[in-house]
Amino acid sequence: MESGLKDHAELAAIFNKDENRVDWHDETLWWVRQKRDKMAHGLPGWEALREAASQIKDNVLSNLNEYLQQFEVNAQANGIIVHWAADAKEHNEIVLELLLKNGIRKMVKSKSMLTEECHLNEYLEQQGIDVIDSDLGERIVQLAKEPPSHIVLPCIHKKKEEIGDLFHIHLGTPAGNADPQLLTEAARQHLREVFLTRKAALTGVNFAVAETGEFVVCTNEGNADMGAHLADIHIASMGIEKIIPQRKHLGVFLRLLARSATGQPITTYSSHFVKPRDGQQMHIIIVDNGRSIQLGREDFRNSLKCIRCGACMNTCPVYRRSGGHSYHTAIAGPIGAILAPNLDMEKYADLPFASTLCGSCSNVCPVKIDIHQQLYKWRQVIVQKGYTTTAKKASMKLMAFTLSSPAAYHTGGKVGRWVLKHAPFAVNNKFNPWFKQRDMPEPPEQSFGEWYNENRKK
Amino acid sequence: MKVGLFIPCYVDQFYPGAAIATLQLLEKLGVDVTYPPNQTCCGQPMANSGFEHLTGGCNDLFIKNFAGFDYVVAPSGSCVLHIKEHLHGDADPQETINHKVYELTEFLTDVLKVKSLPAKFPHKVGMHQSCHGQRGLHLSQMTELAAPEYSKPGSLLNMVEGIELIPLNRKDECCGFGGTFCVAEEAVSVKMGKDRVADHLEHGAEYITGVDMSCLMHMEGILNRQGSKVKVLHIAEILNAG
Repeated sequence: MESGLKDHAELAAIFNKDENRVDWHDETLWWVRQKRDKMAHGLPGWEALREAASQIKDNVLSNLNEYLQQFEVNAQANGIIVHWAADAKEHNEIVLELLLKNGIRKMVKSKSMLTEECHLNEYLEQQGIDVIDSDLGERIVQLAKEPPSHIVLPCIHKKKEEIGDLFHIHLGTPAGNADPQLLTEAARQHLREVFLTRKAALTGVNFAVAETGEFVVCTNEGNADMGAHLADIHIASMGIEKIIPQRKHLGVFLRLLARSATGQPITTYSSHFVKPRDGQQMHIIIVDNGRSIQLGREDFRNSLKCIRCGACMNTCPVYRRSGGHSYHTAIAGPIGAILAPNLDMEKYADLPFASTLCGSCSNVCPVKIDIHQQLYKWRQVIVQKGYTTTAKKASMKLMAFTLSSPAAYHTGGKVGRWVLKHAPFAVNNKFNPWFKQRDMPEPPEQSFGEWYNENRKK
Repeated sequence: MKVGLFIPCYVDQFYPGAAIATLQLLEKLGVDVTYPPNQTCCGQPMANSGFEHLTGGCNDLFIKNFAGFDYVVAPSGSCVLHIKEHLHGDADPQETINHKVYELTEFLTDVLKVKSLPAKFPHKVGMHQSCHGQRGLHLSQMTELAAPEYSKPGSLLNMVEGIELIPLNRKDECCGFGGTFCVAEEAVSVKMGKDRVADHLEHGAEYITGVDMSCLMHMEGILNRQGSKVKVLHIAEILNAG
């Protein structure tokens, strides 16, 4: 971690100061996990579907350059203008240039985690461009001047009363009113005006089909469609890993995506954008931003299979009890913890440690990313690269020495148990994080080794 | 069949009862079991903290202690998973030890094929599914997967006379121990533990059991701090009871 910034453990400790809120956050996301289970367990061949998706994505990652070029050719033939961006900066500059070239200073944007990753909103605001997020959850966090805390449920950390207060300030709803129906209607009216007046709309891309040059955008609110259909210029931003080879593969991914994400059989809108309508410009920006580096890391390559369903967050017992913002990166949770170190190993050195390695994430992942194994492997890489503390290094060396020597181990164990029995204050104090909210184990008279020596010596 | 008994370091030092029960249970089932006295630790505490490169000494010691046995059995899913997945040493290039190490309930079920046990434990018991045993060694089916139910530790517990296994709201959620996670991420670890304990208490558990003493130690620390009378017991102590 860079000095001065709070790490996951510190941010999670702050989140945990309000236990009722933690319970509410945990229960809310657990409910989504249960909805996902119901759908997954109710669909015959669920595990085979996951395996198929995993293998399609393996194929994509092995032939990424070819599929991307095929997509480019086919998209261009459809009349889509294709741009390539090596990193976030290039992506943001392309968006700005497209807007300025067309004399546009106001844009509507539907959900795109890639633009969060690129910090597009901040960049455009600095350039005097007004961006309004049209996904309801995204709009709420935008009004609150916060980043999303979850990739599918951006404002899942906010209670409806807090949203009522925000809408009262920004949208003029009655003070103290947190009726979801009323708040949604207010947002609807507010966004309707935005959709009608914006000349440019930016959307994300869930899947880009190499064989047809089309791309598919999934939303539940239809907000991507509202924006794109009314705007003169549609800009779609996609990471290079969003490619699938053929349209028929959507039959695998669309069935997995919504079931994994929210426990719905399918997203309300799965819109295929194939070509611009008459007089409209359609642009697609294909972004690398570290992905080709990750592709080169054999142990972490298949993290690029991610379809951004958020199932690993909903199931993660740590995420549910620490909140998305504790991950201090655009993509939180277990998948974020294996993606972020690729972008900045020092800044995100804490994230692979924000896990018990329970493995639930890997089990829900619709494309079978071995998330918890990669968390373990990132820990090794991060320590080897030196992004750890001197104190931790010293304690690990001492532990390794003690546990490598039976004599040191037996003596150490004896001393430890003696201290715990006769001088418990040496351990049971504020310097011991275990003791803060947990009692230490009762030290026994004998270790098992000592007992065995007395009772089973042959 | 010669079986080497591996007792994880913290069980040896703090929970000898679990180790004695494991030994006695195996002896009761007619197993020729020996405890090599110079064993220490599987190396997992270092490895899970990102220091797998410091586990060479532990690995060599482990191989030296257990190379001569047909099977290695340990009352811990977590340590066994670590040995299976991450223990390497020059003295065992074929990784034969990784393939012959078994968690206790796995050994009883898959190798000894135990069909009945002379155990009696007339109490309400909550079964904690330790993650590494469950999701790593597949000791029980996992709620995330669309697949048939089974549970090796659960089947063994059902052989115990008088036992009543209680249901849980979340039957396989992590307790939050997580090795050094329990101190590095103290706030979340404790919250996870409190929630897990509350699930067992809500369903009237008198005892919480499981295949890993580490999870149980964490939950015991919380139970004791709360002043609860509910006890934790390693599954070997129940299978060996009465």
